[in-house]
Amino acid sequence: MAYAIEMKHIRKAFPGIVANDNITLQVKEGEIHALFGENGAGKSTLMNILFGLYQPDEGEIYVHGEKVKITDPNDANRLGIGMVHQHFMLVDKFTVAENIILGKEPSHLGRLNMAKAVKIARDLSDKYGLDIDPLKKVEDISVGMQQRVEILKTLYRGSNILIFDEPTAVLTPIEIKELIQIMKRLVSEGKSIILITHKLKEIFEACDSVTVIRRGKVIDSMAIADTNPDDLANMMVGRKVNTQINNTAYEPKGKVLDIRDLTVLDSRRVKVVNHLSLSVHGGEILGIAGVDGNGQEELVEAIAGLRKASSGTIEINGQDMTNHKGRKITENGFGYIPEDRQKDGLVLDFTVGENLALQTYYRKPFASSGILHPKVFTQQAKQLIEEFDVRTPSERTLARSLSGGNQQKVIVAREVSRSPQLLVAAQPTRGLDIGAIEFIHGKLLEEKQMGKAVLLVSFELDEVLHLSDRIAVINEGRIIDIVNPKETNENELGLLMAGHKKEAHQA
Amino acid sequence: MSFFQVLTIIIPSTLLTAAPLIFTSLGGVFSERSGVVNIGLEGLMWVGAFTGAVATLFLEHAGVGAASPWIAILIAAAAGGIFSLIHAVVSISFHADQTVSGVALNFLATGLTIYLVKMIYNGQGQTPYIANNIDKTTIPVLGHIPFIGPIFFQQVTYTSYIAILFAFICWYILFKTTFGLRLRAVGEHPEAADTLGISVIKLRYIGVMISGVLGGIGGAVYLVTITSNFNISTIAGQGFLALAAMIFGKWHPIGAMLGSLFFGFAQALSITSQQIPYLDRLPSVVLMIAPYVLTLIVLTGFVGKAEPPKADGVPYFKGQR
Amino acid sequence: MSTWFRKINWLTLLIPVISVFLGLLCGAVIMLAGGYNPLLAYGSIIQSIFLQPYYGGETIRAMIPLVLSGLAVAFAFRTGLFNIGVEGQLMAGWLASVACAIELDGLPKVILLPLSIIVGGLVGGLWSFLPGLLKARFKVHEVISTIMMNYIALYSTAYIIKNFLYTEGERTPTIPSSASLASNFLATITQGSRLHWGFIVAIIAVVVMWFLLWRTTMGFELRSVGFSPDASRYAGMNVSRNIILSMTISGVFAGLAGAMEGLGTYQYMSIMSSFSGIGFNGIAVALLGMNTPIGVVLSGALFAGLQTGGLTMQSVAGVPTDLIQVVIALIIFFVGSSYAIKWIWLRMSRKGRKS
Repeated sequence: MAYAIEMKHIRKAFPGIVANDNITLQVKEGEIHALFGENGAGKSTLMNILFGLYQPDEGEIYVHGEKVKITDPNDANRLGIGMVHQHFMLVDKFTVAENIILGKEPSHLGRLNMAKAVKIARDLSDKYGLDIDPLKKVEDISVGMQQRVEILKTLYRGSNILIFDEPTAVLTPIEIKELIQIMKRLVSEGKSIILITHKLKEIFEACDSVTVIRRGKVIDSMAIADTNPDDLANMMVGRKVNTQINNTAYEPKGKVLDIRDLTVLDSRRVKVVNHLSLSVHGGEILGIAGVDGNGQEELVEAIAGLRKASSGTIEINGQDMTNHKGRKITENGFGYIPEDRQKDGLVLDFTVGENLALQTYYRKPFASSGILHPKVFTQQAKQLIEEFDVRTPSERTLARSLSGGNQQKVIVAREVSRSPQLLVAAQPTRGLDIGAIEFIHGKLLEEKQMGKAVLLVSFELDEVLHLSDRIAVINEGRIIDIVNPKETNENELGLLMAGHKKEAHQA
Repeated sequence: MSFFQVLTIIIPSTLLTAAPLIFTSLGGVFSERSGVVNIGLEGLMWVGAFTGAVATLFLEHAGVGAASPWIAILIAAAAGGIFSLIHAVVSISFHADQTVSGVALNFLATGLTIYLVKMIYNGQGQTPYIANNIDKTTIPVLGHIPFIGPIFFQQVTYTSYIAILFAFICWYILFKTTFGLRLRAVGEHPEAADTLGISVIKLRYIGVMISGVLGGIGGAVYLVTITSNFNISTIAGQGFLALAAMIFGKWHPIGAMLGSLFFGFAQALSITSQQIPYLDRLPSVVLMIAPYVLTLIVLTGFVGKAEPPKADGVPYFKGQR
Repeated sequence: MSTWFRKINWLTLLIPVISVFLGLLCGAVIMLAGGYNPLLAYGSIIQSIFLQPYYGGETIRAMIPLVLSGLAVAFAFRTGLFNIGVEGQLMAGWLASVACAIELDGLPKVILLPLSIIVGGLVGGLWSFLPGLLKARFKVHEVISTIMMNYIALYSTAYIIKNFLYTEGERTPTIPSSASLASNFLATITQGSRLHWGFIVAIIAVVVMWFLLWRTTMGFELRSVGFSPDASRYAGMNVSRNIILSMTISGVFAGLAGAMEGLGTYQYMSIMSSFSGIGFNGIAVALLGMNTPIGVVLSGALFAGLQTGGLTMQSVAGVPTDLIQVVIALIIFFVGSSYAIKWIWLRMSRKGRKS
């Protein structure tokens, strides 16, 4: 059978790392081919090479059997390669139609023909059954529709090879189903699709074959029919996954965090946390499972005092902390590992030492009467670096120059060393390598065993299932159920996350 | 003095002082819509005014006569375009902080023009006066319409109407052509434009150079219609006023024009207030600072939020995600 | 001191040096193109400021406001803010200090002089407090608002002088000697230059800036907010308050620069039709000085020397003094560009590691 795309022996090195090492990828015409691997395995680099955004150091690319050189996205477009980016490449202030035609506009002597543009958008959306409104501005439409606009952009350019980069990360379960339908329809129209993902479920629902990448190298490539989820998972991480991480005893103590009837509004004044009640006890890890965008972020921010609660109460250690200043909450025994470690967790241009003191710099012994004591900073930093195994040349190194795993260790060290009664960890292992993930998981369990309350928010079901003592499922700003991880499975959780409580119980 | 007479003083004066601001602020619109902050408008006006003076004097000397200032404006446009290349190279290609580069551009313009004036005119700090400036005139036909004619079409310069026409042309280019769509896309979301094969670098260079051309025209028009010679205090803040007008107009060509007219009106009032009943009692400083105070108020969002293009001021690195 | 020494990144130190060299080189090319002798021109600058006490004294005199306005810009930069409004804050401080000195004439020197200096600083701070507030409260970009504030200061000060403090010669009256920083002693040892005691104020300001930023919890917060407002907010800092604080302190430095001109160099304030340029030069001083207190002193010395020596350059080599401004502009371009080049380099090496 003919190949739509063949990338042979691709190598791409960046200073300090080989992102792609002798990678060969063969995508047959008319198939959905999964490119499967962990974050940072080299998937995006490979696709950026195919799309002309990076140049490979070595290797050859064949499109429909012909050897080609792709030096920029224009070349890729000409060859019929289109990309649906993970972070949508849409101009918010432009209309849907303007976004679709941008760069290949219907025009006469430089004059835009907007009427024609709108017609093009309508025709395309009819042809492929992708529902959009060409005249609406992108900033006013749903995420799902934005993704359809991204797909239409590639179709308008006549692409017959479509790359989908982690397309489901931002979608609801129903939107994911629709997307898989759309992909199947596109393939039946003769298109070929490369699906970049690290989610097993999608691969088995949507794909015909799969190539597994790990640390820049191809591990294997096969038809979906010839494999199973366990094998693929093992190939992805490179060894048997330890499925029983949390085998510690569950001995819950008193309530540390008690949330009652909490409502939080987002910037558009929509109730993103909707009369939510939840409590976390000392000596337990409570995992929150849910699809991204169901209020997790706002819930955590409200607990941390970073976002106003419009009604309800939050008690920490028996004290009302609702709408108190962040610092006061922190001082009341609250530790926080934020989701975006580079943006919110660290001051990247501060030294490791300064970052380790980011919550305590103003207190004794770090300062007195507003004057800093640099020696104490150094002393404490050295101790924590040792204790938490942060790999850094010295405490004077800038946080920016550490690896992701070590950056996260700095945050964990800072938060845990203050021995808070409540530790909230949001996506604590996203994008980290196995070693760092194990370290972080170990620390969370350690905190639990010391009788602390841990609230874990994660989109990775595995992580929630394996670490939690109880799992609270969040959907549209409410906890729709709390389940025991030993008595549930991914299926039931998936249904709950999608908001199907009744069916879940019948199942 | 009747209200009608007041209008016949203020409106032509407004049109006169607004014209340079309109050209320059339109230039600012192009640069910032493409994503390059241009604090250097002031410097571009310096270069335009300097070139306008020197070129007019040269052309007069060569015997070109009344056409001299018009040709000089074109030469100044070219000079502004070339001068703006420095800002383009430093802030687009070298990824320098655009504000820093703009500040340096102003420094360079003020230093270089005065240096050259002293060099050319034997150490004197100013150029001689030009003989052929663009004079106030009555526009044929329109100037004789009763009532409207004396207010809008007598004692005016053609440059004012060309400036207003330019605003509409710029609006058309920005919002009705492929070039405009792409330029705006680059200023809003350069990565998106890049993935669609649109050259961010090229469009930003064009945006900055258009601002140079229009800033050069603005400076030259100021010279040949208002001051007639070039020295260290000729431009004195007109470029920053144009920048304010652009923001006041919310980065929109028509808005920038209206902002310029409004600021021109404030300037005209402060110049002519002594002739106008009641206004002569208002401290002149109120009118002088009005444009700046109003711009600050607009920026606070009390009268509709002024939002710059999303990627304005953000250097673009190819392949950066 | 030893940690300070180890902290220096020698590579970053190279950039200003190279920029100055390139700026002077381009200046020489421009002079050559104009038919001047650059060696004679630069030679005359060096000769005058190092060998003639008058020019030496004037250089240090010119350094005082330059260093203070450089500190103002650098301080704001450290907290992630671009204060283009030093010029306006300087004028506000200048007028305030002069007005205070004139209106409170009769007070003993030990009170009036410090009071006038402090008033100058405070009014400068007040002038930048507003842009800080607008930024913190309404997200108005400080570059635009401070530019607007510059012009408001320019016209307002002129109006106030004309209507309330006017004397012959388009200026305010001369300040009483009980508020003056001028010194016969300093003038005599520098053969009649206008060098005044303000240099002590500048030195104190340099030390204060260093101490404030690196040895106090306030400075820790200011720097943290400057680098990452988000992480600072997550760490419980009040970002808005820090933005306002930073702008205000920056304005105090600028106001002090104005007070030095009013109480030291000139002893009065003229009605100005355009800006003094000291505030804008402060941007150059801060950038070239890498926003460090020591760097500001060094680059302040360089620019003050160039400007003072520029006068002899004109008389000796016939080169218009305005060339100095061209050179300064070019140096900023080079510093700005090389920052970027270094940044790209860092960025790329980091990016590689990440993906």
